[in-house]
Amino acid sequence: MTLFLPIAEVSVNAFALIGIGAIVGFLSGLFGVGGGFLITPLLFFIGIPPAVAVATGANQVVASSISGVLAQLKRKAVDFRMGVVLLVGGFIGSALGIWVFSLLSAAGQVDLFVQLSYVLFLGLVGLMMFQESLRAILRARKAGKVEVRRAHVHTWVHRLPLKMKFRASGLYISVLPPLGVGAIVGFLSAVMGVGGGFIMVPAMIYLLGMPTKVVIGTSLFQIIFVTAFTTVMHAVSSQTVDILLALTLIGGGVIGAQIGARVGVKLRADQMRIMLALLVLAVCFRVGLDLLLTPEEFYSITPGRLP
Amino acid sequence: MKGLFLALLLVASPALANDPGEEIVAGLSQSSVSITADYAGAEILIYGAVKREAPPPRGPTIQVIVTVEGPEGPVAVRRKDRVWGIWQNNAAVEIDRAPSFYAVVTSGPLAQVLSETDDLRHRITIPRAIRSVGIASEADEAPAFVDALQRIRTGDGKYSLREGGVQLTEQTLFRTDVALPAALTEGDYTVRIFLTREGRVVDTIKRRIWVRKAGLERFLYQSAHDWPLLYGLASLLIAALAGWGASALFARLRP
Repeated sequence: MTLFLPIAEVSVNAFALIGIGAIVGFLSGLFGVGGGFLITPLLFFIGIPPAVAVATGANQVVASSISGVLAQLKRKAVDFRMGVVLLVGGFIGSALGIWVFSLLSAAGQVDLFVQLSYVLFLGLVGLMMFQESLRAILRARKAGKVEVRRAHVHTWVHRLPLKMKFRASGLYISVLPPLGVGAIVGFLSAVMGVGGGFIMVPAMIYLLGMPTKVVIGTSLFQIIFVTAFTTVMHAVSSQTVDILLALTLIGGGVIGAQIGARVGVKLRADQMRIMLALLVLAVCFRVGLDLLLTPEEFYSITPGRLP
Repeated sequence: MKGLFLALLLVASPALANDPGEEIVAGLSQSSVSITADYAGAEILIYGAVKREAPPPRGPTIQVIVTVEGPEGPVAVRRKDRVWGIWQNNAAVEIDRAPSFYAVVTSGPLAQVLSETDDLRHRITIPRAIRSVGIASEADEAPAFVDALQRIRTGDGKYSLREGGVQLTEQTLFRTDVALPAALTEGDYTVRIFLTREGRVVDTIKRRIWVRKAGLERFLYQSAHDWPLLYGLASLLIAALAGWGASALFARLRP
């Protein structure tokens, strides 16, 4: 069954779209990432124009994140206070990112910058998570029992001023680190067209020392607003949000997210982290390959005048 | 004076005697294409006949060329080069006007059907349909960029040349099919039919096909452009409802 998309102006297989939505939704529910870093490359792959893929991907992430957050809410795994602090930072970073993005557009090197950001950040985050979770699994296996760990390790992060109590996370830390993390993620989300969960999740665990059980819900809560902001920005500035495309992706996505959230409860935290690490590294590898391998076609065409 | 008249008559007479006043009478299977949600390409049947005042002359036979051209616009062609080990867009050339769709169908081998001069005058073949005047000053290998445009669009099914695709019966009746691809740009499509003899264009006719989005497609496209803020908020609302709906549904299924 093919579907003609009114904004993207291409005809694609509806089942392929629902499938992509379901896969990304499943992962989003499982890991607490919005899935933007997966959905955007997948949409490129089936022939959706990049601008439409980025904008519509953001819209789809809104839906799967809401579905995911509602599932997490039932388990009381959302730290709203932390979410709002992250969000404030997120909007500041996002505004900055949109400004940088327009500068790069004028220079004609947006594609390269986006690809390099993907490789750099996915590679860095993936490797860090992979190493850490592998070590945790090996330690647990060697000891033969689950190690008793402190809730979090005290670092320089905990010596900063403006302390605030985050009850759901069991933290009493300065608001500056969460604001900073939010800002970095907001910046990247505007430049890379992603929700930023893949950076947010490890930053919350390793930098802020939040317990894994509230990380996913809180990250999803924050992602809803950042991607909603992105969606409206794209709709207003470039009219590249395709409702029909979003609706098809959402159809698969919301169902996938519910199943993912349920499977997530059954998995152990360190197993989940190592799987997310592998997924992030795989996408990083795929994007990196495009930059290094000799392309089959050296030329590309875009309608419109050169800037 | 009389001598001059005779000379003129001598020059003109072979043409007069040979010209049977051939004209094209043509029709299209449809003059409009509606792009709806289930649109997956369309086929246009172009048919017609050659009307004559006199029987066709002996010698070279009549030939037919049909072109279908989509709305045109400027196009940027970029080339990737390896810089510091990474493949990136390095050179770009802007082509003034290139059709978004262009199909040429002929009744015989192009070299026999059309002469170079008439191709130039009527812009019939694919390279002639692409207007790239003054492009040579933009980059060293500018023609390579135009070739790339043709190669990529031919690969996408947007540009095509079918030699021998027009069926011509008894030097009079002709018909051909042109397939419009699934990824189609909205606008007016021009159908041109050329009648040629010995490579020279004898008669030409133009028809128009309206290609428009219809129904839901049209509504969504117009909303996105006319009320972008409202459209953006509506897409958010749909996303929120879908997310909440699925969550509620699953909660009910597995309490």
